[in-house]
Amino acid sequence: MQTKRMTFPGRWLPYALLAPQVIVTLIFFIWPSAQALYMSLLREDAFGLNTTFVGFVNFTRLFADGTYLNSLSVTAVFALGTTLLSMSAALLLAANVNRMLRSRNLYTTLLVWPYAVAPAIAGVLWWFIFNPSIGIVPYVLEMLGYRWNHRTSGVDAMALVIIAAAWKQIAYNFLFFLAGLQSIPQSLIEAAAIDGAGPHKRFWAIVFPLLSPTTFFLMVVNVVYAMFDTFGVIHATTQGGPAQTTNTLVYKVYADGFVGLNLGSSAAQSVILMAIVVALTVVQFRFIERRINY
Amino acid sequence: MVEHRPLGQLAAHLILIAGVALVLFPVYVAIVASTQAPGEFLRGTLPLVPGGHALENYRTMWESGLSQAGAPPVGQMLFNSLVMALAITLGKLVISLLSAFAIVYFRFPFRTFFFWLIFVTLMLPVEVRIIPTFQVVADLGMLNSFAGLSIPLIASATATFLFRQFFMTIPEELLEAARVDGAGPLRFFRDILLPLSITNIAALFVILFIYGWNQYLWPLLITTDSDYYTVVMGIQRMTTAADGDPQWHLVMAAVVMAALPPVLVILFMQRLFVKGLTETEK
Repeated sequence: MQTKRMTFPGRWLPYALLAPQVIVTLIFFIWPSAQALYMSLLREDAFGLNTTFVGFVNFTRLFADGTYLNSLSVTAVFALGTTLLSMSAALLLAANVNRMLRSRNLYTTLLVWPYAVAPAIAGVLWWFIFNPSIGIVPYVLEMLGYRWNHRTSGVDAMALVIIAAAWKQIAYNFLFFLAGLQSIPQSLIEAAAIDGAGPHKRFWAIVFPLLSPTTFFLMVVNVVYAMFDTFGVIHATTQGGPAQTTNTLVYKVYADGFVGLNLGSSAAQSVILMAIVVALTVVQFRFIERRINY
Repeated sequence: MVEHRPLGQLAAHLILIAGVALVLFPVYVAIVASTQAPGEFLRGTLPLVPGGHALENYRTMWESGLSQAGAPPVGQMLFNSLVMALAITLGKLVISLLSAFAIVYFRFPFRTFFFWLIFVTLMLPVEVRIIPTFQVVADLGMLNSFAGLSIPLIASATATFLFRQFFMTIPEELLEAARVDGAGPLRFFRDILLPLSITNIAALFVILFIYGWNQYLWPLLITTDSDYYTVVMGIQRMTTAADGDPQWHLVMAAVVMAALPPVLVILFMQRLFVKGLTETEK
């Protein structure tokens, strides 16, 4: 690890400076994470009176459990849907804003603010709009011949949580796409224009490939967002239902641990989630470091 | 623009206006709903133009809240959210400035070890290790307190890494000059490093404030005493009641009040916000 060539002497001072962060990290991060690892190997009864060491039983049970496998596929659908929807909408908006000169800042301001809305609030807003008895969208859908009800239809419930989660994330993707677009050298685009390439051709042949590092970075960030930061969206709207159709992995950790009081299983699920995040982070660092360019 | 294409330009504007309308739509609906009288919702569809009950709805929520749903006044919850967001923001800024300073400007045994110890926290959000973290906080007697609401969320390293990156770009000559003038490390930190970092601190402040304000699961778990409810989690309690009997006008007034502070922060500090966002993530 690099340092400055010249540093301060000091025997105790650096430790004193590090102490606050290290203490907070040890107590509220390292200790609970170790605890989660340990608990995942235990089986505890609902009252916490009896604990037995069971090794990897919690893990093997999970993968034999239909609701867990269901939750895995629910998470995959949810993460994929949210990522695709928010990234494609953001790219469309960013590409068009990038063509503007005078109105660029106005559009940007109008598009970035949803970033500040909490996922739970985004959930409540869309839940209200899609409310089967008074909502506006079900009213319109009814005229088109579709009976919307996210309380009974799993497909409707999934669409609701994807829309709410993606809506909030568009602002973030938009900013990164816009920054990516602005860093593409204008000379390349001009050269293509002189060769007779129209705007669409230029976008797909030149701009989009040059955006690939941004796109890849956003893909990883969005999958992480959809998997971990959307607890609020789900808790405030469908609560995992109807019939487990929106029960994502993070929501299940909470539901099994705090509501179902099955601590061993919940801890095992936490450990699996940790492994997923670590893997995603490693992938992200690897590829961002190498800067994929076609 | 490479070439002049009025039609293409017009199409781009139309796409953007449609996009902005879609992005704004939920908020428009919420604002309209928050200005209605309770009876409007019994008719089955929501009106699309604002009603005349805005003042009374907002005042009701600010002063008394939805008491039958067990939710305290929104004014009080907003105050709790503000305290929590500021404590998280200031806490993170202070500990990460200090530790980044130590890591960049000193050479000491186990430096790399501490670096990695802090680094691993980048990876795991609190949602993942939620139960053991809850137990630690309960064991320390920090349930239902501002310390319990904020301190566990301070343990993350994003800010440390941003400051580390930034300190690495500060020219060596500044340190040499300070040392020639006889400045000690703390003096250098206060008189040179802090003033140079002001823009970064401000940019990060915006991001961290929004992060703290929008916390949901954590306050939901560790506050059982309604005196400590934050506004984002408090709304969930209201919605469970509102779905039964139509109190939507009041819930939406609370939603607007809960979303407004962070949105205003972004709108007024947009330049700093974008800087903070792109630098923390890349």
